[in-house]
Amino acid sequence: MLQNYGETKLESDLMIEVRNLTKNFNGFRAVDHISFDVKRGEVFGLLGPNGAGKTTTIRMLATLTRPTEGTATVGNYDVVKDDDEVRKLIGLVSEKIIMYDRLTAKENLWFFGRLYGIPKEVLNERIDELLGLVQLGDWKGSQVGTFSSGMRQRMNVIRALLNMPKVLLLDEPTLGLDPQSSVEVREFVKKINREKKTTIILTTHMMVEADILCDRIGIMDHGKIAALDTSTNLKKLVSGDDTAILELEIANLTSNMIASIQSLKCVSSVSQDNSTHIKVHASGNGVFDTIIDAIRAEKGEINSVKNLEPTLEDVFLHITGHEVRDKADQKIPMRAHRRFMPRRRVR
Amino acid sequence: MNIKSVISNSLRIAWKDLIELFRNRMGLVMLVLMPIFMMSMVGFIYPSDTSMSNVSVALVNEDEGYGSYPSASATLIMALENISNSTGMMTITEASSLDEVREMIQKEEVEGGIVIARNFTVSLMTGNQGTITIVTDQSNPQMSTLLQIALKEVFEQMGTWLAQQNVQGLSPAVNASNSLAIVKPYSVQTEGAVPGHFSYFDFIAPGLMAMTVMMSVMTGLPAAISHEREVGTLDGMMVAPINRLAIIVGKTLAQTARGILQGIIILALAVALFGVTIHGNILLIFALLFLGVFSFVGLGVVVTSFAKDQETAMMVMMTLMFPMMFLSGVFFPIQQMPWYMQGISKFLPLTYVSTALRKVMVLGAGVSMITTELAVLIGFGIVMTAIAVPVFRRAMTR
Repeated sequence: MLQNYGETKLESDLMIEVRNLTKNFNGFRAVDHISFDVKRGEVFGLLGPNGAGKTTTIRMLATLTRPTEGTATVGNYDVVKDDDEVRKLIGLVSEKIIMYDRLTAKENLWFFGRLYGIPKEVLNERIDELLGLVQLGDWKGSQVGTFSSGMRQRMNVIRALLNMPKVLLLDEPTLGLDPQSSVEVREFVKKINREKKTTIILTTHMMVEADILCDRIGIMDHGKIAALDTSTNLKKLVSGDDTAILELEIANLTSNMIASIQSLKCVSSVSQDNSTHIKVHASGNGVFDTIIDAIRAEKGEINSVKNLEPTLEDVFLHITGHEVRDKADQKIPMRAHRRFMPRRRVR
Repeated sequence: MNIKSVISNSLRIAWKDLIELFRNRMGLVMLVLMPIFMMSMVGFIYPSDTSMSNVSVALVNEDEGYGSYPSASATLIMALENISNSTGMMTITEASSLDEVREMIQKEEVEGGIVIARNFTVSLMTGNQGTITIVTDQSNPQMSTLLQIALKEVFEQMGTWLAQQNVQGLSPAVNASNSLAIVKPYSVQTEGAVPGHFSYFDFIAPGLMAMTVMMSVMTGLPAAISHEREVGTLDGMMVAPINRLAIIVGKTLAQTARGILQGIIILALAVALFGVTIHGNILLIFALLFLGVFSFVGLGVVVTSFAKDQETAMMVMMTLMFPMMFLSGVFFPIQQMPWYMQGISKFLPLTYVSTALRKVMVLGAGVSMITTELAVLIGFGIVMTAIAVPVFRRAMTR
């Protein structure tokens, strides 16, 4: 029943090609000659602080903003010249909720669905199916204005899926949501990608989100892509090889135990934080088992083990030389563009 | 572009906007109240032809009489009191001198004064003209003019009456009606082009209707589009594979429906409360309103395209609307304006809408009599739309 809407011109492996894409707003360069490709069925993340140019990049791909320089194609259609073809292929989840508060859930979806020219019978079934997917079936006849922000965001996501898009563009899909709703939305995005083979580009300023969802991550800063690779490879940039940092909490920590861990071949250093915590730097395969066995041999009671492998946060710091959230608020020219108004994250 | 899909998509957008409008209770109440306020405000405060009532006037009688003759001023005062009693036009207060009258006017106790000169009877009896001075309040020019006109009318009637008496006294061959013909050889009567009594309302109702519809669309359209842009829902339409024209047309249709609804309320009130009679074809009236919206809407779209947010859009629109209200002859006839202002009013589409509407509603004119206005409005509309659509298209994908 769910046939795809619109066909790509060329069945190439690349769904999105971006070449030297640039956008200026009244002299302020929001996006600065970025180039990247996204493969069919891939989840691609643009990670960076507010004002890094992620939203502008997404909007250019969504045909909503005209590039100043460079080109971008979606399914081999140019976003400027063949904008209508691109629009048929994409679904956009903007950081603002694209829903009319005074319309019911069904009326909203119906309105947008009909704009895509989806036949009435198909649309009817599809709305029910999509509402069911996000457990909002019972709320079909309620006005969206009465929904919680989690529900609204789920509506926002399924709205973008009405036309069965080949490419889903997600701009900060979990912004302002509580942790539980964030997890739900992330699970849903993963599911869409897995089941419908939808290519997904998402922007986020949350390291965890990028790590969980994305096959590849482009780290954006000041309108440029500073690094682009898989999450694992990006992390290797920081640690170099397969070094692991373990933090262990041992209830009955003794100096014998520390000595025995230190004597292990794979361990390069052990440091004691307090009476129960130690930090172990180790490398090689099976370091976890080796270390835990050594502690067990000394009758140690392990309360917790934490793998302090480098996070994307460390990667970001390493690449850009500054922390993620402490910037971008000052350098934005206020009058240049409303979308660039500094917006603080609600915690 | 596919015309059929543009039409169906714009209808969808208009329908969506109207559902939103009708679910907004407060907005709906205001939508109905606005024309009611507007109409009653204009209807009840504007002076109609016999609207002067209870004007307080101070009267100073300095007349000293002439020997044993009864003073002529007494007769005059009696006549004045008779007239003011029967028409309820004036309340007369006695005062002692011109200076006191001036003081009373300054204290706002009276709105004008009449001073009968010391030698009034003497002058009349000795074959000279008697002098009566009317004291007016210059700070209220409109009232002062009205008072002057009214009092002049009263004194002229009395003068005529006195002259009639004198003429009758000259010769017994002259009877009452002859004497009037001798003193005033002609009488002037006014007859309208269409039979019936006309008030200021008949003049103002068509213009007011045109203005309300325009204002509704002009302020509503930029507000609606920039509101959607601010909350982000406009992106939902922009990212759909539909012609940008459909968005403009759809939004305009919704606002037009809203404006026409207000227009109907105005028309109903004018007919029900203020006795306005419609002489022309009612369908032609609505067709004219639609045409008016068409001629205007391009301007609204251009403003929307340039204004970054709702607030700016509203401010620009109000600035443009305000002079239009006064210059397009809605409240005051264009012919009364100085020539340069008349020149400006020729560039305002509202001028043509209200002129044409007035012709149709008051004079019962048909299409053939308003061809000039129709042509101008269609011209305005085509030019403005031709400018507006590409500007909008560009502005939306900055």
